[in-house]
Amino acid sequence: MKVLYFAWLRERIGKAEEDIAFPPGTETAGEAMAHLASLGEEYAYAFENPAIIRIALDRKHVPHETPLRDAREMAFFPPMTGG
Amino acid sequence: MPDPLIRVQAEPFDAAAESRRITAGRTDIGAVVTFTGLCRSEEGSLAALELEHYPGMAEDELARVAREALARWPLQGVTIIHRHGRIVPGEEIVLVVTASAHRRAAFESADFLMDYLKTRAPFWKKEHPASGAEGGWVAAKADDDAAAGRW
Repeated sequence: MKVLYFAWLRERIGKAEEDIAFPPGTETAGEAMAHLASLGEEYAYAFENPAIIRIALDRKHVPHETPLRDAREMAFFPPMTGG
Repeated sequence: MPDPLIRVQAEPFDAAAESRRITAGRTDIGAVVTFTGLCRSEEGSLAALELEHYPGMAEDELARVAREALARWPLQGVTIIHRHGRIVPGEEIVLVVTASAHRRAAFESADFLMDYLKTRAPFWKKEHPASGAEGGWVAAKADDDAAAGRW
């Protein structure tokens, strides 16, 4: 799946996007985030406080427990500060 | 129900021109509210803001909040323009224009749109200090969530 990172998540991980094949049994957006957090030090640092991370599936905000189903794009980002 | 005009752009915008665009050729609009959010210098400590956004989703979310305003208030027009990239103090960041027959709908919906877009539209501000020190990401405020919760 195409995975995107924004703001300090992007900076901590060191890339803006990548393709990730999640392990079988990864059902929800939150489980996908837990897998990403296990990929290395920079990921662990980016996702050290998972409760504050916002997730979008196919460009829509979703709660962490949302099933991935056939989503094609997942994005992780901090709370928004536009406006 | 009119279609909202949504733009996400690096370039500056002209608030007066956007207001005229909504009212041009019409005689049914009695009230136009324009809100412009500007970059502050924070007493000289800020050199610039860097606004990052999620292309595609930013436009989608702005359109979603605009359609919600159109469903809740009798509006003849809604425009939202949000800039991205480097913005220096004194420059504009965001524009909301609402038009209605009477003032209350225009005032209230503009207020609603700003509260909602702050908590829903995927934009993030990084501050570049005038001192030349490494910049930091602006933290989201609990106040913003509380403000959106009013509606």
